[in-house]
Amino acid sequence: MDLSTINPVLLIASLMVAATPLLLAAIGELVVEKAGVLNLGVEGMMIIGAICGFAIAVETTNPYAGLLAAMVGGAVLSLLFAFLTQVALANQVASGLALTLFGLGLSALLGQNYVGIKPPAMSKLDLPILSDLPVVGPILFSHDPVLYIGIALTAATWAMLKYTRVGLVLRAVGENHEAAHALGYHVVRVRVLAILFGGACAGLGGAYISLIRVPQWTEGMTAGIGWIALALVVFASWKPWRVLLGAYLFGGINVLQLNLQAAGIAVPVEYLAMSPYIITILVLVIMSTDKSRAPASLGRIFHASQ
Amino acid sequence: MTTPLLSLQGLTKAYPGVVANDAVSFDIQEGEVHALLGENGAGKSTLVKMIYGLVKPDSGTMLWRGTEFAPSEPRQARATGVAMVFQHFSLFDALDVAENVALGMENPPPMRDLAQRIRDVSETYGLPLDPGRTVGDLSAGERQRVEIIRCLLQDPKLLIMDEPTSVLTPQEVEILFQTLRKLKSEGTSILYISHKLEEIRALCDHATILRLGKNVGSCTPATTSARDMAEMMVGSTLQTPTRSAAPDGSTLLKVTNLSAQSGKAFGTALKEISFAVKSGEILGLGGVAGNGQDELLAALSGELLTNADTIQIRGEAVGNLGPSQRRGIGVLAAPEERLGHAAAPNMSLIENALLTGAIRQGLTRNGFVNWRTTKAFAEDIITQFDVRTPGSDRAARALSGGNLQKFVIGREVLQAPDVLVVNQPTWGVDAAAAAAIRQSLMNLAAKGAAIVVISQDLDELMEISDRFGALNEGRLSAIRPTTGLTIEDIGLMMGGAHDMEAPGPVAEEATA
Repeated sequence: MDLSTINPVLLIASLMVAATPLLLAAIGELVVEKAGVLNLGVEGMMIIGAICGFAIAVETTNPYAGLLAAMVGGAVLSLLFAFLTQVALANQVASGLALTLFGLGLSALLGQNYVGIKPPAMSKLDLPILSDLPVVGPILFSHDPVLYIGIALTAATWAMLKYTRVGLVLRAVGENHEAAHALGYHVVRVRVLAILFGGACAGLGGAYISLIRVPQWTEGMTAGIGWIALALVVFASWKPWRVLLGAYLFGGINVLQLNLQAAGIAVPVEYLAMSPYIITILVLVIMSTDKSRAPASLGRIFHASQ
Repeated sequence: MTTPLLSLQGLTKAYPGVVANDAVSFDIQEGEVHALLGENGAGKSTLVKMIYGLVKPDSGTMLWRGTEFAPSEPRQARATGVAMVFQHFSLFDALDVAENVALGMENPPPMRDLAQRIRDVSETYGLPLDPGRTVGDLSAGERQRVEIIRCLLQDPKLLIMDEPTSVLTPQEVEILFQTLRKLKSEGTSILYISHKLEEIRALCDHATILRLGKNVGSCTPATTSARDMAEMMVGSTLQTPTRSAAPDGSTLLKVTNLSAQSGKAFGTALKEISFAVKSGEILGLGGVAGNGQDELLAALSGELLTNADTIQIRGEAVGNLGPSQRRGIGVLAAPEERLGHAAAPNMSLIENALLTGAIRQGLTRNGFVNWRTTKAFAEDIITQFDVRTPGSDRAARALSGGNLQKFVIGREVLQAPDVLVVNQPTWGVDAAAAAAIRQSLMNLAAKGAAIVVISQDLDELMEISDRFGALNEGRLSAIRPTTGLTIEDIGLMMGGAHDMEAPGPVAEEATA
């Protein structure tokens, strides 16, 4: 065993990369749940985003076109969920599960011709002087743009929910849809828009895996990140900055345990592999002991006549 | 004489089978607090819904400062200057006070200004309220303040309050009254709906009394005694009891010094309640809602556990037994809330029959349900109590209130209990069904059961009970035979006797 092979600077830099897909998907789902909708289709929307982004990036040789396509792909799939739950008033849990299963299957079909191909690389931030600084440079100033988008999105979501009229109406709809309706707000419209936003975020998160983190296409490559994102939103008590913290914690322990495995630590690999899940959930459970509750209308079907 | 702010002229509204308002006329003057007084079902709520534009009158007109006023929707009523604080609030628990207020405004100012305006209004009117607090953490009184402030920011000319004190503590009531007096001094008229006589005497300038949808009189509360108002509200002709022979059986139910905290927030604690009910006897317990009725039923049914000795059945201490064990020894109960307490709304009538009937009717064996006997039991209830339903497999919530009430009462009566406790047995039930339910209770008593009927319908209690007592703030008055009981006696018993002569005691310590 040789722990000295683990470079803390690289560890922090790579944990930020590992956390970004999770962060993007979870922030999207947070907005959806704040509007009172439980969309269990995150995994499906991520994998669809992953293949849409991958395919378009390969075909156009432009990674940014790929990212855009991933967001569109995720949003289109979420539109199906929006139709089922907001128009047809179907059960949200069942519709979300169906969305995940459908997305996994469809992505495998779409991705048949893309196995083993390398996508166009995405340029990394390269600021003169700043990116060359020791320690700070690799951690803060040498990442791909999407990673910064993820952090910016967290801040924007937080500010939107806290300070804007739109955020207030969104929370009102998620909290008590009957009262919101009585006060003249359009519950279904707000929810459909939130669902679309969640779909786009999940799609972007999926494409981050297939275009930047891995980067290649394999079937089912999101490997449960969508489910972690769902759990993260709950354990983060629907708070954007806690989602960021949880995502980085999860990413960090994941990277660390991989490094430990490589260093040959005398702990069975299985224990290491499960450690990110256990530690992340443990920390967030301890943090969520304060008084914070789910949006009161979460998962409940709204019909204007009620 | 000046033009009244709002003049109601011959308002009539009929629903199928019941005339909710029958040619009601009265005037509300500028800057007066006008009370609308009446028992449950007297038509108070329908009347204010017409003023607020939620319900359209069948006939009759309203004049607002002399010009015709016929709001087709609440928005129009609000634009005219009518604001209403509902009995059940429309608030968002997870949002803070300022956010809740902002959501109720068309063009809210920026949050910082709004918080300042809320602070200003709350200081001006003595409604202490921190705009930054989360509404879910607030007491019922504070939540009501949020709604009131929402109304006040719209600058209303007429503020309608529908039973505003039903969820408030006495201190909160006093704060509310100070606010309303201040509003009045600024020229705002208030229409105050209540059936609490002392509140009306303390607050209101005029009172209009409704009974069975009709305006049966008006008075000046400050100079009218509570007993006179009660008489007008209830009607001076109380039916004479048809049961006169006092039963002479052995004592079945004995309650000694029952004191218990309420299991609910804002419930009423029971204080040293003692009474006994004999075999074949019906004890009627009256009192204004929220004075311990729910808690007493819970204590007797076994939902609220007490010391074993406080409740005795045939001399046996049962205060520490739960509902199932008490059913086993013949104590059954039918609570007031039909959907959610007495019956599970989404389950069928068969399943609901099983829920309380399983033990005494032997509907289960070794943990397995005998659906055939359960169905037979449910259909027995439906036939004998004339429950109007297409079938016993219908969900409880699909039944009308009166039909479900017949089912719930029938379910307990048919189990032949030794002791039966019912709360509001005929609430919301039409006259014929109510008579049937009362008759079934009397028949049950004739077979030797001891029955406790808790009700707010005094006519009903006078009709069926042998003895009468009243609950007031969790205490039970002395129990007296119903024969020879006058309406004055009842009024005094319901008011707790001590505060009936003077306007209600004001809580001087009212702060915070």
